[in-house]
Amino acid sequence: MKKLPTWIDILLIPLINLAIALFLSALVVLYIGEDPMDALSIMIKGAIGSSYGWGYTLYYATNFIFTGLAVSVAFHAKMFNIGGEGQAALGGLGVALVCLMFPWPHWILALPVAIIGGAVFGAAWAAIPAYLQAKRGSHIVITTIMFNFMASALLVYLLVNVLKAPGSMAPETGRFIEGARLPTGHDMLGWFGIKFSKSPPVNISFLISLLFCFLIWFLIWRTKLGYEIRAFGHSESAAKYAGISPIKIIMVSMLISGALAGLMGINSVMGESERLVIDSVQGAGFIGIAVALMGRSHPFGVLLAAILFGILYQGGAELALWTSIPRELIVVIQALVILLTGALDNMIRMPIERLYFKMVRAGT
Amino acid sequence: MIDFDTLLQVLDSSVRLSIPLLLACLAGLFSERAGIFDIGLEGKMLASAFAAGAAAFVTGSALIGMLAGIFASIILSAVHGVASITFKGNQLISGVAINFLASGLTALIGQNWFRQGGQTPPLSGSARFNEITLPLAELLRDVPIFGKIYYELISGHTLLAYIAFLIVPLTWWILFRTRFGLRLRAVGENPAAVDTSGISVVRQRYAAILICGILCGLAGAYLSTGIGAGFGKEMTAGKGFIALAALIFAKWKPVPALWACLLFGFLEAIGIRFQNIEIPGVGTIPLQLMQALPYILTVIILAGFVGKAIPPKAGGEPYNKE
Amino acid sequence: MTKDKQERPETAAPAIQLKNISKSFGPVQANKNISLTVNSGTIHGIVGENGAGKSTLMSILYGFYKADSGDIYIRNAKTSIPDSQAAISAGIGMVFQHFKLVENFTVLENVILGAEDGALLKDSLSKARRQLQELSTEYELDVDPDAIIENLSVGLQQRVEILKALYRRANILILDEPTGVLTPAEADHLFRILKNLRDQGKTIILITHKLREIMDATDTVSVMRSGEMTATIKTNQTSPEELAELMVGRKVLLNVSKSVAKAGDIALEVKDLKVTDEKGVLRVKGITFNVREGEILGIAGVAGNGQSELLEALGGFRKSQGLVSVYGHSLDLESPSGQEIRDQSIAHVPEDRQRLGLIMDFTAWENIGFGYQHEPEYSNSWGLMNNRKMRKDASNKMEKFDVRPSNIKLKVRNFSGGNQQKLVLAREIERNPDILLIGQPTRGVDIGAIEFIHNEIIKMRDEGKAIILVSVELDEILSLTDRVSVMFDGNLVGDRITSETNARELGLLMGGETD
Repeated sequence: MKKLPTWIDILLIPLINLAIALFLSALVVLYIGEDPMDALSIMIKGAIGSSYGWGYTLYYATNFIFTGLAVSVAFHAKMFNIGGEGQAALGGLGVALVCLMFPWPHWILALPVAIIGGAVFGAAWAAIPAYLQAKRGSHIVITTIMFNFMASALLVYLLVNVLKAPGSMAPETGRFIEGARLPTGHDMLGWFGIKFSKSPPVNISFLISLLFCFLIWFLIWRTKLGYEIRAFGHSESAAKYAGISPIKIIMVSMLISGALAGLMGINSVMGESERLVIDSVQGAGFIGIAVALMGRSHPFGVLLAAILFGILYQGGAELALWTSIPRELIVVIQALVILLTGALDNMIRMPIERLYFKMVRAGT
Repeated sequence: MIDFDTLLQVLDSSVRLSIPLLLACLAGLFSERAGIFDIGLEGKMLASAFAAGAAAFVTGSALIGMLAGIFASIILSAVHGVASITFKGNQLISGVAINFLASGLTALIGQNWFRQGGQTPPLSGSARFNEITLPLAELLRDVPIFGKIYYELISGHTLLAYIAFLIVPLTWWILFRTRFGLRLRAVGENPAAVDTSGISVVRQRYAAILICGILCGLAGAYLSTGIGAGFGKEMTAGKGFIALAALIFAKWKPVPALWACLLFGFLEAIGIRFQNIEIPGVGTIPLQLMQALPYILTVIILAGFVGKAIPPKAGGEPYNKE
Repeated sequence: MTKDKQERPETAAPAIQLKNISKSFGPVQANKNISLTVNSGTIHGIVGENGAGKSTLMSILYGFYKADSGDIYIRNAKTSIPDSQAAISAGIGMVFQHFKLVENFTVLENVILGAEDGALLKDSLSKARRQLQELSTEYELDVDPDAIIENLSVGLQQRVEILKALYRRANILILDEPTGVLTPAEADHLFRILKNLRDQGKTIILITHKLREIMDATDTVSVMRSGEMTATIKTNQTSPEELAELMVGRKVLLNVSKSVAKAGDIALEVKDLKVTDEKGVLRVKGITFNVREGEILGIAGVAGNGQSELLEALGGFRKSQGLVSVYGHSLDLESPSGQEIRDQSIAHVPEDRQRLGLIMDFTAWENIGFGYQHEPEYSNSWGLMNNRKMRKDASNKMEKFDVRPSNIKLKVRNFSGGNQQKLVLAREIERNPDILLIGQPTRGVDIGAIEFIHNEIIKMRDEGKAIILVSVELDEILSLTDRVSVMFDGNLVGDRITSETNARELGLLMGGETD
């Protein structure tokens, strides 16, 4: 039985899934009394109609690239890492600690260490669920969900009791010093004399996320580790035959996954808020799941899907501002995308396959 | 230490808090025994809590609220069923999606209907399930020890709570003494065996998730109209996952499930009652740790320190005829 | 159970008549215009290679698939079989190759599943208990009704499958490859039961690829090839050679010709090897043997007697105790490593190519390096893969072993069983190992490829390699190996020179009859 051409598999079917998700969301919008076409145009204009919009869109996209890559890497090992939310929270903590603990003279020095801090903390939060799955067969889906809740409690405790800025009422750390602040899009484009809106928090982390897209692609398809991860993901029994250690693969893939989620802290904690606040992740860990599914766990697909969700997010924020449509609409769209691309995949795939083969037979 | 009255209150609280866990746990039991993994218990409970709270407010009747809650839960269950059974999709992803769907839609629609930031308006009177005083409770109240236990602990729960407890032996009986239960268990262990006997695997599994939907509906309704007085955003707060942990802890058996849920209810009750527990020599246990305790315990259970839990053999796998 | 009057097969209405049955799956036509008559009260064999269409035909008969065209007649009455329920009502019972039993239920529960009397179980269980007792005495099908399936031997489990069919009043019994998991003694017992059933008027359809069984047990045999029914003959009027030719379409060499072995030094030494499985059960109970250069040691035995665990231990992916040494170098059995095995020049063609030997969703070229991805030609010390080299190797090896189609970028899932096996062989053999472990090399492989594979194995032997061949097919053992031992219940019994023993003797050993 021949297979569908790649372009249909990777591009057309996810697009159809997205279209259906948007259509269903449009029904919801209609139901609450707003005009879907209106809503759509507000969203698009607000997201990519100005450098202000683009700035925010790419800022959100950066978050989703990191969390999307995190889920993707784990997926290649057939590990369903739902703990991105908690791992990103811990990553944010790591980044904040690095930024607060040293008198950084310049961000060029602070950034690499912050990257390490975010990655290490994120990986550490994934380590225990990974170990329990590898050694004791505890289902990683449930343990990572539990660790999300635990991360939340831990962060609240730390921010209220330990890390709170002295003299402040709000549970957050003090602002990072100048040397630990990252250049924004406005700053960077300014080096080249290009005008860009000052307010959006998009920053150099966006470029770093692109770098990681390439690095992860390279890891998965050009290295021995990537080969072994993929083999294991397809068949644990065969991997054992081939001398690949399941424990090693589960641990390594989850640690890399956690580290990637932790890197989100560079963008959100160091790049945007410049302090550690409660719930710095704001659901980005879960959106990473939708992004990984839509992007079929391929870094390039993840990049595109992340930008798409960035558009939805920024567009959704504009919607909440100008209409009575609450931000939760984005959660609904996200849920529908996960449902359609992840669980109802065959609903679209099977009829398209049939149609395609029918057309092929008719043509020959 | 603590006195008898406080102990009774905590135990009473434990029972109350364990009910939604128990109902959700039994819901998951039926579904997973039939081979359909369900991590969407959380979402179904949430949707049901919202529907029940909204309907109870509008009609003033807790019973109608309950029916609305069951209805909402069944719809989500059907989505999960279609994705998992008919379209043979990934059951874990479907569950995750349903949780988000419930989370988003309840807040969205809640805001749209009631404009109170996603909550439903507070309920009172007949719009809630009220406590039932069992016969002779008032009379026995003053009898030392046993009377108090009867009055505080056993009597004074809502109708839904008593129903929940009765469902435990009912579940056991259905699973192990009826044809339906035999086929349901078979379909979760080896669906091919059922298929080749001429029984429809699909129908059996849909029946299981229908029951799951009904029980989650009861759980959610209890949250907003039994324990609580209305729906609040994200009010399930992970209870659906704790119910799942209880199910694994109970090794997918009805009676152990009851004990597991009571245990978790007890933990939550302690956390609420004793906000800042002082342990001499160690210090104060922070509030957040108490809040995180159920989740930590779940991980410990899953780590298998309390024995190995073997799920239904065909669990999580869509059935494909060879 | 009333006994049917014994009717002469020729005059009674045929049990089953298939007329012009056709079935396609997309572009593949699995059954082309098949017509078949099965007489009542006979044992009717159906032979054919993998992919010939036998399973599809039987699935249609059992209601799993609906034929695109054609009719089914049961005792001259046109019958429609849209699902298994209808098949059961028509008196058809099927015993599958892979049992359809619920392992943690009892025998009784499995028998009544789907055939219960009423909504409550109590009555069904007592009625079934009575019936089972009667069936046991009538047909020699003794099983403990309260035993849990997973604790029963494979032979007993098969009896439960037959009982299931009889409990549902089957008159026509279809058995799909029933002897794959039985010892010769158990197989004999099975055929005795089948002949008993036939003499009572039941009709038996036996699907098998074992020509010997057809000759021994059937009255009539039909041959399928490429979706068509090529012949139906009375068994006593044909021979294995004729049947093989009808199956493949050309003359087939059923036995490999080989020269006498010239055995050299001891290459592999195994002393007191013990292997325990995940449940803590001892599967290999302390076996000792060695293999020399230039010889093939056969390990015969029914599946499940420890051969798989032995191969897994020698292959480096299961812990074991004892001593295994390669040219004097001891292997680490406590923390085995697939890499160490390969570094010691041991290659392994596993029993289950789809579950162990290949990654089905990888391409052919990615599978060529599978297990050897750490070798310096495929990855350097930085962990960088040399994909180009792997692709080149794939082209060369696939051509040498005539793996078709020759597209190295095709996912292995899309290759036929025989070509998949050739790919695995190409990979393992071309590494020029000193020692070759081979498990069930021709399982699910067509006769044409079997010849090729057998020849390659002999070639390896003649080049001085030490080979262990584990196989459940006695014919394969007898024709390929130089020495043979039998695994029974975790022990190695009998050490024979192959040319000095025979199927009967080996069969006795396989069934536990010791020297």
